[in-house]
Amino acid sequence: MSALQLSHDELVNVYRTMRTIRRFEERVMQEMATGDIPGNTHLYAGQEASAVGVCLQLRDDDYISSTHRGHGHSIAKGVDIDSMMAELFGRASGTCGGKGGSQHIADLRKGMLGANGIVAAGAPITCGAALSAKLLGTGQVAVAFAGDGAMNEGVMSESFNLAKIWMLPIIFVIEDNGFGEATANAFVSAGSFTRRAESYDIPTIEVDGTDVFSVYAAAGEAVERARAGGGPTMLHVHVPRYYGHYSGDPDTYRTPEEKAAMRRERDCLSNFRQRVKEVSLVETAELDAVDEQVEAAIGRAVSAARAAPFPPTSALTTDVYVKYL
Amino acid sequence: MAQKSFRQALNEALHFEMGRDPRVIMMGEDLTGGAGANGVKDAWGGPFGVTRGLLDAFGPERIRDTPISEAAFIGAAAGAALTGLRPIAEIMFVDFAGVCLDQIMNQAAKFRYMFGGRAKTPLVIRATYGAGSRSGSQHTQALYPIFTHIPGLKVVIPSTPYDAKGLLLQAIRDDDPVIFLEHKMLYDTVGDVPDGAYTIPFGEARVARDGKDVLIIAIGRMVQVAEEAARKLASEGISAAIIDPRTTSPLDEDTLLDFTETIGRVVIVDEANPRCSVATDISALLADKCFDALKAPIKLVTAPHAPVPYAPNLEDAYIPSADAVVKAATSIVKR
Ligand SMILES: Cc1ncc(C[n+]2csc(CCOP(=O)(O)OP(=O)(O)O)c2C)c(N)n1
Repeated sequence: MSALQLSHDELVNVYRTMRTIRRFEERVMQEMATGDIPGNTHLYAGQEASAVGVCLQLRDDDYISSTHRGHGHSIAKGVDIDSMMAELFGRASGTCGGKGGSQHIADLRKGMLGANGIVAAGAPITCGAALSAKLLGTGQVAVAFAGDGAMNEGVMSESFNLAKIWMLPIIFVIEDNGFGEATANAFVSAGSFTRRAESYDIPTIEVDGTDVFSVYAAAGEAVERARAGGGPTMLHVHVPRYYGHYSGDPDTYRTPEEKAAMRRERDCLSNFRQRVKEVSLVETAELDAVDEQVEAAIGRAVSAARAAPFPPTSALTTDVYVKYL
Repeated sequence: MAQKSFRQALNEALHFEMGRDPRVIMMGEDLTGGAGANGVKDAWGGPFGVTRGLLDAFGPERIRDTPISEAAFIGAAAGAALTGLRPIAEIMFVDFAGVCLDQIMNQAAKFRYMFGGRAKTPLVIRATYGAGSRSGSQHTQALYPIFTHIPGLKVVIPSTPYDAKGLLLQAIRDDDPVIFLEHKMLYDTVGDVPDGAYTIPFGEARVARDGKDVLIIAIGRMVQVAEEAARKLASEGISAAIIDPRTTSPLDEDTLLDFTETIGRVVIVDEANPRCSVATDISALLADKCFDALKAPIKLVTAPHAPVPYAPNLEDAYIPSADAVVKAATSIVKR
């Protein structure tokens, strides 16, 4: 199935979601500079097509787990941007009541099992979600997003094994941006990621993560296999990371030329515009209008977050247990 | 004496000891930052800038940027320590010890005992700890009680730049596995630090301030909080002594008992969660060994039994404050 067979409205929505992630991220970077968003965040900008291409194949009740770089996955899975922005500002109206922050955004109503501050920790948790779906017979699938750096944690291999022996309806999406923090993947990873998965007899697909249609097609195959009881799949998605590892990273370990070329040649948004223009499926003016709507929506989210109250101090010891001891 | 930051003090200790002893090596994630990339080498100088310049001085064989695989490289460091090297391994945030606790707790900590005293494990695990950076529940814990609980591990929690340097040099020269915990909010604090090498023995508390009305025992970053509280108390005419144990294992029981005997009123300030903590441990020790000298109940000022929250107002409320220490001290002095 060619992804370009998506309907006009679906195409516009794909673009809208990718643009929303990009603008959300750019705005977060800006707001970090004002000091009003506390701490640090890890920006997903550049990788949008991966989250969007995968999540477009998912039902509302399917599960995903994310990484420390979780904004894009959350938005692609349908988590509300107003509550996400409020969470980043640490407000009571945030997705997690202000208790989680950027690295812990979760929304179980959307099947979003959480960003994660511990590298690779999402993989086994997602095996558990897939096990629930299988044993409860719900037909849901589960997607574990992880980075290339995460692939070197033992728990990734352990999860591959578990997923295969239990034939879980799970998709491991390895988003390879070439770096784990400031360390290049080539410096720390032996062999090939797809061969690692294949050694567990898990089928793999390698895909260009700046092309939402390729990701969509690959995810489609994986989801179909999972829903049909065919077990796990691993997608190795090649993506660019536009910003440094985190919001305070001077990013001097990459050359200015390297970064400029990456933004010029590997941009999922211009790639998308190019593709739909070639086949005259969506008017450029329509996409420009989407850009404006997205801009306005992000602006509203920031204003609302700023105006929202912080959690009351009494919240310090709520949510620790069902009932505090 | 020269004024130096906590970060610089640690960096000097690492430079000195690696220069002195070729068996000392370092390993950890982003220890230099930028390994294998096309831009600046040693771009980060470590996640918090503590290891800057070591790559230049000692080369990539001795300064090893590792994959993100704590169980493997902490275990490898333990194995290397058992067989002739003196590794310093870095866990970026102590919270990530969760990934490699087996290697620390069941392996490194046990070699000497299980092997009938025939093994030594000169391993230092450096890690950052502590709240205050708005980083959420998985990057802010003060986990030293967990390590203190485990026989075979030594646990060091420096509170000043001077102590950071002297204790780190001691840790590297020590033949047992040492957990060396650096509070991330202390890196920029400045104090007197001599240029040369010096060591501070483990199990010797520091008297941070002498006083007669109330004894404040404080750990790591909480020493600063205790000092602020002591200044406030002084302005109310209450004289507070402050003891910083510096190492929770071994623990300088003698100094803690001596001061308790003389002063008779004790406040313990600890950023860690309160249950089964260093604060409860010390409190039990004092109650056990010098109950008769106590003129009032021992007061604990700690974080609540909850994870560290993200929202700034909640995180501030989570961390023990000088005002809470003042309140606790006043309540027992005026009793
Ligand atoms: C267990 C653990 N070790 C180390 C870290 C620190 N850390 C956070 S993100 C990161 C890099 C992750 O790289 P990758 O998986 O490639 O994801 P990317 O950042 O590239 O999206 C590291 C080392 C952590 N959060 N958890």
